[in-house]
Amino acid sequence: MSAVIVRNLSKRFGTVTAVDRIDFTVPNGATIGLLGGNGAGKTTTISMLLGILVPDQGAIEILGHDMARDRFAALARMNYSSPYVALPMRLTVAENLAVYGHLYNVPNLKTRIRDLAHEFDLESLLDRRAGALSAGQKTRVALAKALINRPDLLLLDEPTASLDPDTADYVRARLEAYRAESGAAILLASHNMSEVERLCSSVLMMKHGKIVDQGTPDALIARYGRDDLEQVFLTIARAATPV
Amino acid sequence: MKAALRRIWGLVYRHLCLYRRSWPRIVELAYWPTLELLIWGFTAQFVAHSQADIALKTGGSLIGGVLLWEVALRSQMGVTISFLEEIWSRNLGHIFVSPLRPRELVAALLCVSVMRTMIGLAPAALIAAFLYAFNIFSLGLPLLLLLLNLMLMGWWMSLGVIALLFRYGASAEALAWTLAFGITPLACVFYPVTVLPGWLQVIAKIIPAEHIFSAMREILYQNQINWTQFLYALGLNGLWMMMAIGIFSLQFRVARSTGALISIGE
Repeated sequence: MSAVIVRNLSKRFGTVTAVDRIDFTVPNGATIGLLGGNGAGKTTTISMLLGILVPDQGAIEILGHDMARDRFAALARMNYSSPYVALPMRLTVAENLAVYGHLYNVPNLKTRIRDLAHEFDLESLLDRRAGALSAGQKTRVALAKALINRPDLLLLDEPTASLDPDTADYVRARLEAYRAESGAAILLASHNMSEVERLCSSVLMMKHGKIVDQGTPDALIARYGRDDLEQVFLTIARAATPV
Repeated sequence: MKAALRRIWGLVYRHLCLYRRSWPRIVELAYWPTLELLIWGFTAQFVAHSQADIALKTGGSLIGGVLLWEVALRSQMGVTISFLEEIWSRNLGHIFVSPLRPRELVAALLCVSVMRTMIGLAPAALIAAFLYAFNIFSLGLPLLLLLLNLMLMGWWMSLGVIALLFRYGASAEALAWTLAFGITPLACVFYPVTVLPGWLQVIAKIIPAEHIFSAMREILYQNQINWTQFLYALGLNGLWMMMAIGIFSLQFRVARSTGALISIGE
């Protein structure tokens, strides 16, 4: 059973083909990495999965729901986090979590917020305005927001960007723990190769809107004869023609 | 239904939290209506100074016009500014990927608009009563119809502005502040439509405000309710609202197709 099934997905902006007939699946309970250089098509792909961008061609099925016809049923069971999308700065952490708890119709919201605050070490920050938090604290709040509805699918766009190594490690540990205990699927777009190696059971390599290769981090490293995933990434990114 | 109401409440709650913590925002809500009222109120007093009956009534209609036109202006701005707050806080991305339907987003913005309008106009209405002895409630039951029509007018204008924000992004932001003000000369708030040149009268007649303020003046001048004007206003508001909903829905679909929802704040 797959949490995400993508078939023949394409998106063009004018003359630019941002995503070009890609197919992939994200199995339930798996963490899949979406890698590629800037402009490879990762953000466009995630935007289509989130339903804020309509594909020109192809189909997306998320948690058994066709995104073209039934996207709100899927959206209620998924969530998203990106450092490039902020939470209202003037609201406190508790208020932000409450707003999203209502939007996702979370039962026993106060208990859920208390549990998340404990889990992400936010208890002392609940009454602080989101705008007054450090980058690391904001990321923890954003992740708490992303887990508020106990999503079956989590889409993460560079979840540890701009974090110090300690906080980034903490975030990765929390993501691993959530996936293990909930059986949720995670699609992770990241430029941090060690993060991808640690978290992802499989990796999709994107370039010029296409998926040019995929496999487990170990299999990709072996296939390209490199020492780590970063070198694989560079080999693919610098290749003159699609690999 | 319960889930939908909860989602709407979620967004309303977000704005209540914002205003609860920001006194400049609360002051701003009441600042312009109060300022307008003071300027026009003293003008009305000057006009009414002649003691002629018509001058007294003109003074009353000026103050009533200021107060009621602010309902339309504040209703429109209440929706569009609340939407802009989401753009300014870079929060729209989270909202559009939540299960909140576009119609629920609009419903939440309308609720916030009602609250903003009431908070903004209450001080002005009190000042009108104490400073100019003009009690807005003296309009009686028709006041509810006047308010309803003006709020409807503000709302369809705001849906049009949001549609433009979908289409042109934050660069259309200025329209949120200026669109309704631009309509004011044709709304016939302070004068009858007959003052306008013939060709402008035709345009003014398709704006609900002309009929609303004509009805208001009849109540103040002749103490009679012109139901025909109310029906015209309601019918026109219905037509404009349907058109605005159509344009909003179309632009939302286009924005999802072009990727404008992702880059709306730029």
